[in-house]
Amino acid sequence: MRVGVITFPGSLDDRDAMRAIRLAGAEPVALWHGTHDLDGVDAIVLPGGFSYGDYLRAGAIAARSPIMAEVIEAANDGMPVLGICNGFQILVETHLLPGGLVQNDHGDFIRRDQRLRVESTSSAWTNGFAEGQEITIPLKNGEGGYIASEETLDQLEGDGLVAFRYLDVNPNGSMRDIAGLRNERGNVVGLMPHPEHAVEAGFGPDTALAMRSGVDGLTFFTSVLQQSVLR
Amino acid sequence: MPTIVVEVMPKAELLDPAGKAVTGALHRLGHESIAEVRIGKRFELRVDGEVDADLLKQVEEVAADMLANGVIEDVIDVRVEDAGAAGETR
Repeated sequence: MRVGVITFPGSLDDRDAMRAIRLAGAEPVALWHGTHDLDGVDAIVLPGGFSYGDYLRAGAIAARSPIMAEVIEAANDGMPVLGICNGFQILVETHLLPGGLVQNDHGDFIRRDQRLRVESTSSAWTNGFAEGQEITIPLKNGEGGYIASEETLDQLEGDGLVAFRYLDVNPNGSMRDIAGLRNERGNVVGLMPHPEHAVEAGFGPDTALAMRSGVDGLTFFTSVLQQSVLR
Repeated sequence: MPTIVVEVMPKAELLDPAGKAVTGALHRLGHESIAEVRIGKRFELRVDGEVDADLLKQVEEVAADMLANGVIEDVIDVRVEDAGAAGETR
C-alpha cells in the first residue's frame, strides 16, 4: 500500500508522518502541494505544521492549494485521508469535515502528552482500536479549539462522527471535548493531537511501563493498511 | 487606485483569546474604563480601474468564501474607500 504525505510550505511533521507509515508497513510517498499529481497513492496524510504560515486562518490557504482539488475529489470517491493538526484545520477549511478550529481559549500554545478516548472505530484510520479505548499521543497547537453550531454538534454526536474526545484535560477549549472527527463514510478523519509522534519506543509519550515507550499512534497507520486488505 | 475594504470579525458569541489578552494588558496599564477588546481583520483590496457593482459582488463572494470562515467569523463590511484615502500615503 502506498500512502502519500503532502508537503505544504510550512509543513513540519511530513517526515514524521512518512516514518510512521513506513513503521506500520506501508510505503510512504512524498507529494507536493503545488502539483495536481497524487502519484497513484492509495491513501493520503495531511501532516501537521503551519502551512502557508497559517496566514489568513490556519489551513485556509492550504485548503485552496492546487493538489487539494485532487484530494477533495479522491476523498469524495472514498480514498482514506487523515488530517493531523494543521491537516485537520485544512480538512475543515475544505469542508470535508464540518466546523472550525479557533485559537486555544487560554490564548497559549500548548504541548502535552494527551489522553484521548477512541469514540469511533468505524473509520479507515481507527478500525484497529477498540471502542472506548483510552490512548495517549502528543498534542501541540495554538489553534486547536474545535467549534461548531449546537445543531452541527448534535448531529455529529447523533451520527457517531466524533472519533476522539479529550480525557482528563480539555487542552484548548474544544466544544464537547472533541479532539477528532470522522466523516459519514469513515474514510476521512481529522484530529488535533499527533499520532505520528507515538509510533516507536524511545520517541513517544511516557507509559506506566517505561519512559517514552508509548506507541498508541501506530494503530492509525496499521488501521489504514488493514482497511486496504479488507476492501 | 480604488481600494475595496473588507472587514472581518470573530463571531460575537466566540471567545476572542487575543482580544482578552490585550484587554488584560490595558487594565494592567490603568485603562480600566476599556471593558473589552475584540480583534478582527481588515483587508485592503486594490483594484485596477473602476469599481462597479459586478466587481463589488465578486468581492463580497470571495470575502464570504475565503477571506472569512463563516463558521467562526462574520464579514461585517465590504466598502469602497475614496480613491487614495487608504493608499496614497504608502
